[in-house]
Amino acid sequence: MADLLIELFSEEIPARMQANAADALKKLMTDGLVEAGLTYAHAAAFATPRRLVLALQGLSEHSPRLTEERRGPKVGAPEQAIEGFLRGAGVAREALEIRDDKKGQVYIATIVTEGRAAPVIVAEVLERAIRNFPWPKSMRWGSGSLRWVRPLHSILCILSREDGAEVVPLDVDGIVAGNQTRGHRFMAPDAFSVSSFEDYAAKLKRAFVLLDPAERADHIWNEASQMAFAAGLELVEDRGLLSEVAGLVEWPVVLMGRIEERFLDLPPEVLQTSMREHQKFFSVRDPKSGQIVAFVTVANRATVDHGATILAGNQKVLAARLSDAKFFWDNDLRVVLEKGLEAMGAGLSDVTFHNKLGSQADRVARIEALAREIAPLVGADADQVALAAKVAKADLRSEMVGEFPELQGLMGSYYARAAGLPEDVARACVEHYQPLGPSDSVPSAPVSVALALADKLDTLTGFWAIDEKPTGSKDPYALRRAALGVIRLVFGNGVRVSFKGIIQLHKDIVVLDIIAGKHFADEQAAALREARTQLSRARAVSNLNVNAISAAEAAVRKLESDASTTVHEVRAALQLLLNLEADLLTFFHDRLKVHLRDQGIRHDVIDACLAMPGNDDLTLLVKRAEALSAFLKTADGENLLQGFKRANNILSQAEAKDGVEYSFGPDPKLAETDAERALFTALDQAEAAISPAMQAEDFGAAMQAMAGLRAPIDAFFEAVQINAENQILRRNRLNLLHRIREICLQVADLTRVEG
Amino acid sequence: MGERPEIRSQKPQSFQEIILRLQNYWAEQGCAVLQPYDMEVGAGTFHPATTLRALGSRAWAAAYVQPSRRPTDGRYGENPNRLQHYYQYQVIIKPSPPDLQELYLGSLRAIGIDDALHDIRFVEDDWESPTLGAWGLGWEVWCDGMEVSQFTYFQQVGGHDCRPVSGELTYGLERLAMYVLGVDHVMDMPFNAPDARIPLSYGDVFRQTEQEYSRHNFDGADTDKLFQHFKDAEAECQRLLGFDPSDPKLGNRANIMVHPAYDQCIKASHLFNLLDARGVISVTERQAYIGRVRALAKLCADAFVQTEAGGA
Repeated sequence: MADLLIELFSEEIPARMQANAADALKKLMTDGLVEAGLTYAHAAAFATPRRLVLALQGLSEHSPRLTEERRGPKVGAPEQAIEGFLRGAGVAREALEIRDDKKGQVYIATIVTEGRAAPVIVAEVLERAIRNFPWPKSMRWGSGSLRWVRPLHSILCILSREDGAEVVPLDVDGIVAGNQTRGHRFMAPDAFSVSSFEDYAAKLKRAFVLLDPAERADHIWNEASQMAFAAGLELVEDRGLLSEVAGLVEWPVVLMGRIEERFLDLPPEVLQTSMREHQKFFSVRDPKSGQIVAFVTVANRATVDHGATILAGNQKVLAARLSDAKFFWDNDLRVVLEKGLEAMGAGLSDVTFHNKLGSQADRVARIEALAREIAPLVGADADQVALAAKVAKADLRSEMVGEFPELQGLMGSYYARAAGLPEDVARACVEHYQPLGPSDSVPSAPVSVALALADKLDTLTGFWAIDEKPTGSKDPYALRRAALGVIRLVFGNGVRVSFKGIIQLHKDIVVLDIIAGKHFADEQAAALREARTQLSRARAVSNLNVNAISAAEAAVRKLESDASTTVHEVRAALQLLLNLEADLLTFFHDRLKVHLRDQGIRHDVIDACLAMPGNDDLTLLVKRAEALSAFLKTADGENLLQGFKRANNILSQAEAKDGVEYSFGPDPKLAETDAERALFTALDQAEAAISPAMQAEDFGAAMQAMAGLRAPIDAFFEAVQINAENQILRRNRLNLLHRIREICLQVADLTRVEG
Repeated sequence: MGERPEIRSQKPQSFQEIILRLQNYWAEQGCAVLQPYDMEVGAGTFHPATTLRALGSRAWAAAYVQPSRRPTDGRYGENPNRLQHYYQYQVIIKPSPPDLQELYLGSLRAIGIDDALHDIRFVEDDWESPTLGAWGLGWEVWCDGMEVSQFTYFQQVGGHDCRPVSGELTYGLERLAMYVLGVDHVMDMPFNAPDARIPLSYGDVFRQTEQEYSRHNFDGADTDKLFQHFKDAEAECQRLLGFDPSDPKLGNRANIMVHPAYDQCIKASHLFNLLDARGVISVTERQAYIGRVRALAKLCADAFVQTEAGGA
């Protein structure tokens, strides 16, 4: 047994790639070693900004010696066949054995693969891992052709045993594996050799490198929290930033500084975003006021002045950054106060949303129209919703959002309040983007709900109209997220709306924008004219200038084909529009199935409900599905399902056989037995109870009433022969079964329920 | 990693001293110290000493100051660190040497940034120039949280793979100098030594020009003419590269006019920047214009690799 230690030492690896790279190294090596016949007891991988490390314990010394017997041709087979067999097996003629077989005597070759020593296998597997490493982006450097995330400087690869360490012989494009590494870039840059993983980790620590990213992260978090606590403040948690910062340093030194007074009136989100995005600072809050008042930065070294120079420098950079932010904030506020929030969004007509769907201004106009339609359905004031629609995207033109796109919406709400707009409108500015993901909260304020629905439905209708639907794993416009957002908004607020109707209404507006095509038709025309001018000038001026002429000609050809493409696209869009709402509804249903399955509702239950009318009212659909799902879990539900299926099967068979539908009402006078008469009564009673329940959309009560049919149905089947000799009686009984079917299918299509 | 040059000299006193120290340092490291390119460019990368010389197989090492213009960044000389005209210091070495990071850190020591007191970090930042059809991987270098340089290993230029790879260093000189000199507003920065016979600040040299050019870039420049110049530069670049390579005046030896054509590409790029500052290019048009400049850069790169300097 030996322990294997590998270190790949390079220039700085991007923080975001380190964890995956450590995992990949572990997987590539362990898979490769195991495949080559070695075993190991334990593996651990680590990463720092400059190294990827793998430590393997208990690696076997050899791969096993393998023996394989291979059956060859019969004795006396043609010479060529025997020669061929020998070549294939790689054995000599005299090594062949002759054995008796069912069909006579055959040659048997015994092929022995010798076990190989661990160092040979390690070298082979490691070289393959290095050459095929799954970096998201890799590069070449110098004159070489090796690829790595950044230049690879050295490889440490040793097998250590009780009697000492052995360097694994390996040379990858001139980088020869050894037993040496280096410490911290600045604090201990000299090379040193190591003999085992324990030795390596200990020496690294002495050389100011904490190998384990989790240890670095813990250290940063603990130090920073204590420092904040000591100052009567609290650190704002940020896991993503913590792991990123831990990937930027080998020797974390935590420093805390105050934010200058003059910046404290900036919104806390602005302070946090600016510090996190630009400087990778943690925010520190004053628990009394809730304000962000300080920051924590993490340096990669200790200094004789205990970080004073570093902290002063960082503070200065922060001041410059926050001056910018304050400048943006003041400018934005001035625009809003002088001209209003809507005016800030005036430039949205210059911002392309999608080249086939027009500008952001076009989109805002569409959303406004749609939001007005939705407003009464969610109990919102239509004028207020329209106002919110007009201003909700205005902050995309603010200087602050230009600098920090992730603050879109949030800045809008600040600016809306500054502009004196109603609180509901201000809230809608930020909330209309929600829910952003499956874990994000769902807005409940009516204005926000109306706008959020309009925003998402416009996106979906638009991209459906230009045939940019998600396919497989590709969903560049996050349309699945938008659809799920709609579903959650609808359920979260019990919104009742016919999606088919609303999308049908909206697609007309969308298609007008597409056909207007004003956002590319003009440009194309201009470019076409320009190309023609160039072409004629080139021809007039010179016949030497072949390049210009051919370039212009190519341009003209391209533009002409673009133009015909445009026409084609508009036609295709019109075609798509025919079935857009049905197609989009199917997409919603697919999302809904995923959503409901996560809540434990079976797919066949959903299918049974989808088959009912009004399935584009998602809230109704879910009410139905939930009631059915709950009902089927009860004994009554299970029984009724069986009774229904029995009745339905007999009826369907008879209908198929006779080629008629037995939908003529059964006559109680023809009932012969008590059981039959009891069923008539039960059906009348059930119907009387079901009808008002259905009116009230109380599917539970309706199904409860159906459940009461179970016993009479069973008794009926027990006592009565459906296929009676008397054709009048038979028809009447089949018509009776039809009544059962009709009643039972009122809530859901039970034929689709399994079991 | 080579020996660490032990430069613990005094802090520099002025903007120009920082430039002079960088010039000396990179001269000592064996770079040809070139002069700025005599055209308006957006960044030091546009200098043919970088863009073109990064192509082909021949070794190369150069360092130079490049005045750079970003018309949209004009702030009439009022913003503490935004300028429409500023200086970049550019170093390019091909093939990239294995100790390039160490060499770079040496240059910081040379201008008075002592890494025993400062926190210097290499933070992922991949570089891409859509107008040059170029990209590379590298970092922005942080000193105490401030970006002081861009460090890139060129992978592609003008659509061509770089073989060997060049290492490129770009220092934003004003920002770096303000940091080293401890100045808060660029216009207050001493340009020459504060105890010179006639001490001049950065503002003494550039405040007025920043005002004039800001007005020019945002309001003054004649956009119709600029559009026309753009087209002319584009056509001229293509025309020059359309010539038959064989030059009768050189006994029909090949003589492709790559550099003159590339000048037109640079011109087109700057004209586009001016038009952009004037706000007359819409978002969708923007991509098209960038594509047109890139097409020129690509033509120039295609031609350069057929020349002697391009390693043909």
